[in-house]
Amino acid sequence: MVLHFEVRGGDFAAAGEASSRLKAVLRQLGLEANLIRRVAIATYEAEMNVVIHAYHGRIEARIAPAAVEVAVTDEGPGIPDIELAMQEGYSTAPEAIREMGFGAGMGLPNMKRCADELRVESQVGVGTSVYMRFSLPGTAKEDRGEDR
Amino acid sequence: MRLGELVATLGLEALVPGEPDREVTGGYAADLLSDVMAHARQGNVWVTIQTHRNVVAVASLLSLAAVIMAGGYRPDAETMAKAAEEGVPVYATAESTFLVAGRLYELGLR
Repeated sequence: MVLHFEVRGGDFAAAGEASSRLKAVLRQLGLEANLIRRVAIATYEAEMNVVIHAYHGRIEARIAPAAVEVAVTDEGPGIPDIELAMQEGYSTAPEAIREMGFGAGMGLPNMKRCADELRVESQVGVGTSVYMRFSLPGTAKEDRGEDR
Repeated sequence: MRLGELVATLGLEALVPGEPDREVTGGYAADLLSDVMAHARQGNVWVTIQTHRNVVAVASLLSLAAVIMAGGYRPDAETMAKAAEEGVPVYATAESTFLVAGRLYELGLR
């Protein structure tokens, strides 16, 4: 099964909707609760990065027997130094967005923590693509919580 | 602990009421959304002074039991509408995050 979602940069009102819809589908499919939680958290962080930093993005989620794969591709400013961006606490988010509780420099680290595989590719002035893979069902990543 | 008992004990104002029988598994207090995403667990109550509607998205994605907006901060109508739509209970109190967290801790939540 392949799902597509559009994400508009700067649209904080709709932010999180794609992740919510993906989560709802995974629940309907009866996937394991902890896996759903990891996918939801990581996809939300990627979605928020598009909303905060990019102009436009799309999310493609592939649900297969072996894994859930989520690819988030945006048209945006790109990331000049991915290694730096992966560091917890590093953020380029503007002040107004930080006041909303975003831009703490935890997005990419959260994605890395939740996904079994994370690839980030970026071209400055063009955009960024994030690929995440979540293996089924043997969850390779331990998690502190459970989901319904 | 049940949500209804918690709400009554703390004297919270129900902005979007939740099921009184909902089991509360613990609590988390933070205003950074990514921190909450990383650490709050299903069934937790989340104490925060953030009031915009992305709070609802986070609470919904994590299946939290309720959001408690502390310090007299109140959400706008859009946030409350979104919370009602998503089934995310929202409560308000004039007490600070620190006091609310302390009282939740006294009630045995961790």
